[in-house]
Amino acid sequence: MATTDIHVHSAVHGHDDHGHDHEHEHHEGNFWTKYIFSEDHKVIAKQFLITGIFWALLGGTLSVIFRLQLGFPDMNLEWLKPVLGGWITPEGKLDPEFYLALVTMHGTIMVFFVLTAGLSGTFSNFLIPLQIGARDMASGFMNMLSYWFFFVSSVIMFTSLFLQDGPAGGGWVIYPPLSALPQAIKGSGLGMTMWLVSMALFIVSSLLGGINYITTIINMRTKGMSFTRMPLTIWAFFFTAIIGLLSFPVLFSAALLLIFDRSFGTSFFLSDIYIGGEALPNVGGSPILFQHLFWFLGHPEVYIVLLPALGLSSEIIATNSRKPIFGYKAMIGSMLFIGILSFIVWAHHMFVTGMNPFLGSIFMLLTLIIAVPSAVKIFNYVTTLWQGNIRFTPGMLFSIGLVSFFLTGGITGVFLGNSALDIQLHDTYFVVAHFHLVMGSASFFGMMAGVYHWFPKMFGRMMDDRLGYVHFWITFIGVYLVFFPMHYIGIAGFPRRYYSWTNFETFSGFADLNMLVSIAAVATLAAQFIFLFNFFYSIFRGRVASENPWKSNTLEWTTPVNVGHGNWPGAIPNVYRWPYDYSKPGAKDDYIPQHIPFSETPESNLPSENEQIKLESNGSGAIVVDKH
Amino acid sequence: MNMAELKIVEEAKKPLSMNPKKFALWLFIVSVCMIFASMTSAYIVRQAEGNWQIFELPPLFWISSGLILVSSITMHWAYLAAKRDNLEMVKVGMSITTVLGIAFLVAQVMAWGELVENNVYFTGGNPSASFVYVLSGLHGVHIVGGVAFLLITLIATFRFQVHSKNMNLIEMCTTFWHFLDALWLYLFVFLLINR
Repeated sequence: MATTDIHVHSAVHGHDDHGHDHEHEHHEGNFWTKYIFSEDHKVIAKQFLITGIFWALLGGTLSVIFRLQLGFPDMNLEWLKPVLGGWITPEGKLDPEFYLALVTMHGTIMVFFVLTAGLSGTFSNFLIPLQIGARDMASGFMNMLSYWFFFVSSVIMFTSLFLQDGPAGGGWVIYPPLSALPQAIKGSGLGMTMWLVSMALFIVSSLLGGINYITTIINMRTKGMSFTRMPLTIWAFFFTAIIGLLSFPVLFSAALLLIFDRSFGTSFFLSDIYIGGEALPNVGGSPILFQHLFWFLGHPEVYIVLLPALGLSSEIIATNSRKPIFGYKAMIGSMLFIGILSFIVWAHHMFVTGMNPFLGSIFMLLTLIIAVPSAVKIFNYVTTLWQGNIRFTPGMLFSIGLVSFFLTGGITGVFLGNSALDIQLHDTYFVVAHFHLVMGSASFFGMMAGVYHWFPKMFGRMMDDRLGYVHFWITFIGVYLVFFPMHYIGIAGFPRRYYSWTNFETFSGFADLNMLVSIAAVATLAAQFIFLFNFFYSIFRGRVASENPWKSNTLEWTTPVNVGHGNWPGAIPNVYRWPYDYSKPGAKDDYIPQHIPFSETPESNLPSENEQIKLESNGSGAIVVDKH
Repeated sequence: MNMAELKIVEEAKKPLSMNPKKFALWLFIVSVCMIFASMTSAYIVRQAEGNWQIFELPPLFWISSGLILVSSITMHWAYLAAKRDNLEMVKVGMSITTVLGIAFLVAQVMAWGELVENNVYFTGGNPSASFVYVLSGLHGVHIVGGVAFLLITLIATFRFQVHSKNMNLIEMCTTFWHFLDALWLYLFVFLLINR
């Protein structure tokens, strides 16, 4: 292929001085514009991160409360009275309806507020402009709105926890008619209304964010950053944003129709219901319709949660293996394929709704195909690690942990995707184990890996490694101890969302296993406080970081230690190569950042790369001589 | 300048890029499409289950469809005039489009009145009736946004901020308004066919 034009200019590479770039240098605003209503993508990312951490802590605490009930049904919970008040019955037991609310809120908080907003919101905002070489997002204002919609949505959801009747209690999937009828359970009253309002705002926030991410990735890349030179993180955020853009509006439709059913008296999802012998006026609705609408979002949502984590870990694993990522294009291809498949498998959540078995077998086939791109990804992670010069930083450990959970959790997906096996396993703890490993823990580990890895760029300081190792090992072992036994409990037929099993002779076994799970859950939650301490302590007192502490290739590591508004004090660097030139044979260092031109690395260039700088010897007129 | 200090660097190519605001508008249109795609497919799925009440669509829907179709034409007329810097025509075209947009909204609300007169209510009846209200209502909400956009463009035209060198605003407004027009025609035809 004919080569590109050649530029000759003096020493510092890639710095064409564009005068107008300096317009972006920001005057220091006051406290409000700098930290609260900031339009700087890095500040917004930190806002998402801190809010996400708050929610993660709350969601985790809720889970420990209901694990106490499940693991120790005879325990006296009187001591929780100061916190939970009336939700502890006079006998010192957890109120059964509040148990349902706990499960619901745990799911909602973790899936949406932590692993969607906290994960995508943090890292898409932080990394997209930095890694593609942009001063900021396409629209800083929309970006700010995205956070504040999320914030208002968070406030509403949080407030609902303190309602007299408790927050929403119909499960995070809010299936009607349970969620539609306030007479059904306490959790379908005002709590449910607030849940729906909160989620509507959350959807607006996600869409504002997603539109911004896609626009920025496509239109704001620096010179030389072609699609095939984008880091896998950016690819992952890109696919995530597209999936969100296509699926969240559908959840909005479902929520809107449910709001009409609940508050206006329509009958989209309600039909022929008798309460206390009294017939409700609603006729002609279909509760299954809601499930279709919900899972058309709900299934892609799984990948909205997972893909960013996979992207982050791709970057971290390549960097810390000191090797190019194995199968860069296969990684992109498999994410694309997963993204497409995610829209045509939703009915595997509904095998037992009386679906036509033939239709079930089609959805089963499509579901099982997801194992193919997933396996490609795991294979590529392992082959990247293979014979690498591995550095076990905490970020790296959490990334490897992600690969482990993605594998163990993914394999059980093959069981559950079988429409026949699903008859036994549906809504049992087997499902709980499956998705907590593959989507919950894997994404959570991806998020943690990202925090440890990009902390130096976020706050200009390093987190403590030793505390990171302790945090990793307790969490890693803890997660397996929590979720591995659940497979056995699930195969034994224990249904999820049950308040207590002691009333059923069938479920009298496994009390010890449940106890183990609960103890492990408490220990895992406790370990997160090590992280919290490490995180907040390091923001103020951590070791000062260098510009590029991990010797990484991507553009964000060319920015100063304390990145200002506008990201690069001078011109934006140009990009000349892909981001994975680690341990390239012949190279001086074991990494060559993206902004180093091939002409500076003749010792390690491949013949095809030399092609790109050969024009010089042709004496072609394309040579430009900058004199400055 | 000494040649020894010079470096030979291959040029980094400018990647593909578009106007970010226009691009974002298209993405917004995609997400609106998804809302209505989900609503209309919910309609079909629900209809296939039977127990589906059939009733006459309000005749006013024909008139409102005509209104929005004409408004789309005047919108395009204004856009072409702006391209040719015929600023008086732009003002006239934009004004007519805005009036027609508001007239469409009024017609839609009156169409609901016709439905009520025929004892077809939003609540309490068969979902087939509720769906008509939801689809036209949700579209109406977007029309309110569209009319706001028209007003912003209209004000800009009267301040002479829309001309052949400054087409972004009116281009985006045209795109969005054509989209809303097409969306309503789709919904109307959909309702006519699937009853």
